[in-house]
Amino acid sequence: MTTLSTTGSTGPAAAVPAGVPAGTSETVVSDEIRVVGMVWEREIIRYVRTRTRIISGLVQPVLFLFVLGYGMSGLVGTTGGFNFRQFVYPGVVAMSVVMTAMFSALSIVWDREFGFLREMLVAPISRVSLVLGKTAGGASVAAVQGTIMLVLAPLVGIHLTPVLVVQMILLELLMAVAMTTFGVFVASRIQKMESFQVVMQMLLMPMLFLSGALFPLNGLPGWLTVITRLNPLTYAVAPFRQVVFAAQDMSPAARARFPTNVTLFGYTLSMGMELAIVVVFAVVFFVLAFRGLSKTE
Amino acid sequence: MERTGGAVARRSAVDLSDAGPAVEVAALTKRYGDLAAVDGIDFTVGQGEVFAFLGPNGAGKSTTIKMLCTLARPTSGRATVAGFDVATQAKSVRRHIGLVFQEQTLDDQLTAEENLRFHAVLYGVPHAEVESRIARVLDLVALADRRKDLVSTYSGGMARRLEIARGMLHTPKILFLDEPTVGLDPQTRALIWDDIQRLRKEEGVTIFLTTHYMDEAEYAERIAIIDHGAIIALDTPDVLKASVGSDTVAIETADDAAALDALRAAGYRVERGEQGLTAFVADEEAAVGPIVAAAGVPVRTVRAHRPTLDDVFLHFTGREIREQHGEAVPMMARARGARRN
Repeated sequence: MTTLSTTGSTGPAAAVPAGVPAGTSETVVSDEIRVVGMVWEREIIRYVRTRTRIISGLVQPVLFLFVLGYGMSGLVGTTGGFNFRQFVYPGVVAMSVVMTAMFSALSIVWDREFGFLREMLVAPISRVSLVLGKTAGGASVAAVQGTIMLVLAPLVGIHLTPVLVVQMILLELLMAVAMTTFGVFVASRIQKMESFQVVMQMLLMPMLFLSGALFPLNGLPGWLTVITRLNPLTYAVAPFRQVVFAAQDMSPAARARFPTNVTLFGYTLSMGMELAIVVVFAVVFFVLAFRGLSKTE
Repeated sequence: MERTGGAVARRSAVDLSDAGPAVEVAALTKRYGDLAAVDGIDFTVGQGEVFAFLGPNGAGKSTTIKMLCTLARPTSGRATVAGFDVATQAKSVRRHIGLVFQEQTLDDQLTAEENLRFHAVLYGVPHAEVESRIARVLDLVALADRRKDLVSTYSGGMARRLEIARGMLHTPKILFLDEPTVGLDPQTRALIWDDIQRLRKEEGVTIFLTTHYMDEAEYAERIAIIDHGAIIALDTPDVLKASVGSDTVAIETADDAAALDALRAAGYRVERGEQGLTAFVADEEAAVGPIVAAAGVPVRTVRAHRPTLDDVFLHFTGREIREQHGEAVPMMARARGARRN
């Protein structure tokens, strides 16, 4: 893959200029694109090779969807034929994307532990290419994982249309990019493997619970509302539910019972604004991730 | 030895030729706070040379190699590697060097081939040459038949050899090896040294390595002994050994007095100690037979000794390198007592 250099190369003599190469830090763009492609390819190879990861990445969302889904259904009840499982489904898809993206990004901690990070960091390449490749890789596997979750939709009574599938995949990609850059930033600050579990427990779980993935964010106490609005995931989860619900045949009563909008300072955000916020977070985290990795070594 | 003769010849050839040195270091210093980890060292490594940095852990070996590989910034002084300044031309330096770290830096969930292909892209090996280079370096370390295997199935020695192959993939001018054989069994260490010699001969690469194994340093054409951040001796192994004294043949005989006279009459420089006679000779191996014959009286024991790098290190630092831990332990008493008795 990434066949960017021409095959009709004029040989090594042309590749290396005669005499001492004068250029010191000439960054060849095509070389950097090859690096992005290679880092991406490695993520894909590792994802495909570790089937346990694919399975375990499915277990938790499935637990939430069916176990929590059925458990809560009795409490929440059915409004106009719409139940809690249908409500929670988009959130669970988002969850599987978030977890896969984070896991993929945090594998940098493994790379540091097993030394491979060093191989990448000492290479004469731009760190931007590393972060880009890692982000593309994490986003790809997370989107694949999220798409696998789509097959569960009929089981909980969610009606899929071709348009909805495309919308979901696009949202998964955007969310995965944001979460991978966030994960790379976090990983660049983690020096030890032991810290990995702590981060997953102390950071990822609260972020997921406070994102609206599992319950509506309306009518929460003030302090909880503030936290959910500071959580970048909130703005990534809401569009999932909005596009899924838009494609369902729901009564006005059900729509009122299971709201999808996020309000900020009293304004109801449009989906475009939510997506814009996610993009801003992605860019900020990308810069932080790049700087985090630049400080290492 | 042929090895050393070659080194001397090559060095003078480099001095006369237009090609610049592979590594040139002047007053290079690295400070961490008050501590000078490397304290104003100077040396030059010629192209195609095998150059060893020998010293105990904490002596400044790794810090020096880090500065040369642009992984640490010198506090002061200057170093050029492959003609590029390590402080201002880091990327070019990195493009022209191969690096093998002390700790493993492979992805063991990838195959050998995938690891190499990854490296080829990181170092901008032209696409058309990647396949042939991968085949070539795997041949160099005799791992061609394990090409498609996951690195997780490799032994420690194989993984290290794969890393050496990887370090050579982008045809570097200089290959840096930081403690290349640490933690490996003697047989594997010997294999790795075969690999290194082959790289030198067939790819003409300059090799810069650090070690705290005395016997390994002997493979080098020149050795710099570093201690407390300073180079305290730098020469070929043979010259270094000669600097601590000549070869000796110690004998115990039925009649030491008679033997002493006989040997002196035969032109040997001989001294009498508490435990027999010690003859100072140019080559202990060749001298044993003639000395026993020239003694003229029955010889009970013979001990021939050629100075080792252990003796050299002891001579220059007053301490011994301890093999396993690489810690230098104070050996002042032994240094004074055992030397030149």
